[in-house]
Amino acid sequence: MLAWTIYISFLGALLQLLLPKGNATLARILALLTALAGLAIAATAFATQRTGELITVANYAWIPSLGINFHLAADGISLCLIFLTGIVAVTGVLFSWNIDRRTNEFFAFYLLLIGCVYGVFLSYDLFLLFVFYEIVIIPKYFLITGWGSTRKDYGAMKLALYSFIGSAMVLVGLIAAYVVAGGKSMALNDLANYAFSPHFQMWEFPLVFVGFAILAGLWPFHTWAPTGHVAAPTAASMLLAGVVMKLGAYGCLRVAMTLFPHGLDPWGFSLLGLSSWRDVFALLAVIGIVYGALVAMVQKDFKFVIGYSSVSHMGFILLGLMTLNQIGISGAVIQMFSHGILAGLLFATVGRMVYDRTHTRELARLGPMNLNKALPFAAATFVVAGMAGMGLPGFSGFVAELMIVLGAWRAFPIFAVFVGVGIVIGVVYVWRAMQKAFFAEPGDVPTEEPLPPITIPERLGAIILISTSVAIGLYPQMLLKIITPALNSPLFDGVRKGGWQ
Amino acid sequence: MIPYAHLLQLAMPEVIVVIVAIVALSADLLVLRNSLLRTRLLAAVSLATIGCIAAIFFITHSTGSVNLFDGMFVANPLIHIVQIALLVLTVFVLLLAVDSAFTENVGEFVLLILLATVGMMFLVASQNLLTSFISLELLSLPLYILTGFDKRDARSSEASLKYFLFGGMSAAFLLFGFSLLYGFANSTNFVEIAAAIHGPSLNPLVILAIVMTVIGLGFKVAAVPFHFWAPDVYETAPAPIAAFIASGSKVASFFVFFQIFSIAFAGSAGSAAWMHLVHGWVPVVAGVATLSMLLGNMVAIVQTSLRRLLAYSAIAHAGYMLIAVVAHTPDALAALLYYVITYSLGTIGAFGIIGVVEQATGSDKIADLQGLSKRSPTLSASLFVFVLSLAGLPPLAGFFGKFYLFVAALAATPGSSGLLWLVAFAIAMSAVSLFYYLRILKRVYGDSSPDAGPIQTSPLTLAMVVVLAALVVLFGCAPNLLLQPILNAIHALAA
Repeated sequence: MLAWTIYISFLGALLQLLLPKGNATLARILALLTALAGLAIAATAFATQRTGELITVANYAWIPSLGINFHLAADGISLCLIFLTGIVAVTGVLFSWNIDRRTNEFFAFYLLLIGCVYGVFLSYDLFLLFVFYEIVIIPKYFLITGWGSTRKDYGAMKLALYSFIGSAMVLVGLIAAYVVAGGKSMALNDLANYAFSPHFQMWEFPLVFVGFAILAGLWPFHTWAPTGHVAAPTAASMLLAGVVMKLGAYGCLRVAMTLFPHGLDPWGFSLLGLSSWRDVFALLAVIGIVYGALVAMVQKDFKFVIGYSSVSHMGFILLGLMTLNQIGISGAVIQMFSHGILAGLLFATVGRMVYDRTHTRELARLGPMNLNKALPFAAATFVVAGMAGMGLPGFSGFVAELMIVLGAWRAFPIFAVFVGVGIVIGVVYVWRAMQKAFFAEPGDVPTEEPLPPITIPERLGAIILISTSVAIGLYPQMLLKIITPALNSPLFDGVRKGGWQ
Repeated sequence: MIPYAHLLQLAMPEVIVVIVAIVALSADLLVLRNSLLRTRLLAAVSLATIGCIAAIFFITHSTGSVNLFDGMFVANPLIHIVQIALLVLTVFVLLLAVDSAFTENVGEFVLLILLATVGMMFLVASQNLLTSFISLELLSLPLYILTGFDKRDARSSEASLKYFLFGGMSAAFLLFGFSLLYGFANSTNFVEIAAAIHGPSLNPLVILAIVMTVIGLGFKVAAVPFHFWAPDVYETAPAPIAAFIASGSKVASFFVFFQIFSIAFAGSAGSAAWMHLVHGWVPVVAGVATLSMLLGNMVAIVQTSLRRLLAYSAIAHAGYMLIAVVAHTPDALAALLYYVITYSLGTIGAFGIIGVVEQATGSDKIADLQGLSKRSPTLSASLFVFVLSLAGLPPLAGFFGKFYLFVAALAATPGSSGLLWLVAFAIAMSAVSLFYYLRILKRVYGDSSPDAGPIQTSPLTLAMVVVLAALVVLFGCAPNLLLQPILNAIHALAA
């Protein structure tokens, strides 16, 4: 049943191309129906999952001579992320309701992107996962060059090339692992159970981890993210920052850490205080958190603030993964979900609600427009989203960041202190942006027409995203009760036997 | 002693193609002299297509393996598959030539293409130095002439002359290398040559022969530093002919490259494993492959002409394919064949689209592709498929070709990291190539100027391009369809 999320999205994309060209409404409705269908399937599976089981959705022999199967399966972590994709997909369509130029092509690329994201989260065969992971690059590129704004050609190409280089690194790692394991099977389980030599794992792990982490915005390979997300149209930014960056983090967890757990072991020597790849990536993650927050604090462009805040929040996820304890990794998965929702909300507010109306993103020019009176809904949404993003209790961000900080305290106490610093700086940049954009001194703006009001699809999208964040913030057990059994499943044995605390 | 009639029967596919070539030429010269160009093209191409399909039919119905005259004429399931692929590619090229208007000499055109095809068929069926050389010349000479077939274009003639001079020179190198081999081994048969070249140290004669053969064959596959003919030929030859040069002759040349080195030079292979270099032909080919990937991808970045970009991308792809030759295992041969066949299908399709766009806009610059998606959605979608397949993006054939190639290369040296450096370099260069391929598609799917009208394509060309795009997608999503027959044939050989 879950495989239909993929098939319906692809089918929707194909149908979009067959629609008559000028009719934007038809394209929007088709896209919304497709996204809703995907969400319905994802939500049903999420709600009916009995804890701890791995749902095998499909398993067909694809290229038997190479041991490659079309193997789709979902455990608790996959289900969380599929549910996230469904929600972000629907709200993305809602926030793209105003696209009226080549609408059917826009939604065709959009639905192709969604289908491939579902595919990555559902794949249990590494070749299949890689196939979906690579295809994603194409709709990303075309969405940005076709419908983007600031420096769209540069942003799109940078994003595409960074993603491709990341996947190239992953490909080298996967092929090496496949060949060393005998070239018999590409199934995740088989490769995870194969005992690679510790020396082999010691170089494979950083290769595959960095390959995936480039897409997850690991510092210092994160520079594509702010440029690309700012250049992208709103819905694409929501998807890119919300879901596609999580593909990288998911790959880190699902592939790098399960296949090569001994890559996280201590090296035996110490370099600048770091004694294992775990320390290195935890340090890079913390630098990402603090650096992203500091840079977000000085941005003049509203969307760049959100772009850099994404880098900062993704740092939390990567740090959580490196803590190698239950609470840290569960926190990382919840942060994947939470940031997916909140990044979507923030980009939607900045891009769709504000930029599409004011045609400027410069904080200095937005201030005098007195947006809290002109666009009260947008102001309220941004306040809520900003509070959620900075980790206010009651929202999903708090739960996730709390768990990650607890996990980090157990694993790397010093880093946990810096994470705290990062959270404080997070408060600063959110409040600064909020104040400058919405609550600044109303200046003498020459009399222009009043800004168009916030439309129904936008309100609907915002409400969906906020309520999801609140729901998880108030009852995180909803996610935890399927994440915890997934982390305790045999697939993660290798990770748990390692430096598990 | 083998009766002549039996020999004719074994070579029936080639005989059919030759007969059809002569029939097409005669029909055009004698009967259709005063008809319209399009009628003549249709007639000649139909005859040629029927001939090729008859040849394919004969090949599929011939059984058993044969090895005549010391390897001068070999038939086995693997060679049959390659010959069928060559004939299919020729058919596609001919069908795409129906709507072109580059020459009045239709009969000669079809004759030359079919003679080159015969040359290719004999080339892949040979395991003997003599027939290899003769077939290579039979393949190359028509190609030199065909390159300059558009008599109205001075650049076409220039490219033809360059191709001919380069080709003649490399044929000389090749022959010299072959003569050294003969002198060393006292036989022209691959297997007997391999028996003579054995032992740990390389005889200087063999070293010379290796270098000469790499030069001769490297020219044919457009590898660096023997690639200088490719950009000019790709840029100025008429589109169907450029398609033919870029597809069929690559399949045959790579196959013979692999066969000569893995069979005849088997004893002197050496190794290109990281930190474990052993002298032989493997490091030489690995070096050529590295240079080809590097130069092809780097220079393609700055190209403004789509055809020249395809030429440099062909040089880069030659580099990737030579990795399979470096690996020289049966799996590597399967990977090479899958890669070069799907690459050829994509290239023919790309040149078909280029032919249409050039006739409509008069230019082959990438900038003039702007807004193609609005002017011809089907052609743009097909170009989208071909370009992304060249870039190696799933789920297209180009991705699986690269994947399987790299797997075979890494599996060639089990236990050691061997060719990992070459594979990693190839993947890195592949990432570089994405830049210039995406730039093409950005133009195609960009906004068009309002006065650019729709591009009319003839139904036949459109159908061919769509079929080729569908094949690329099909072989990408279900690679087994092409891979399994090849693997079966290779395993039947080994058994």
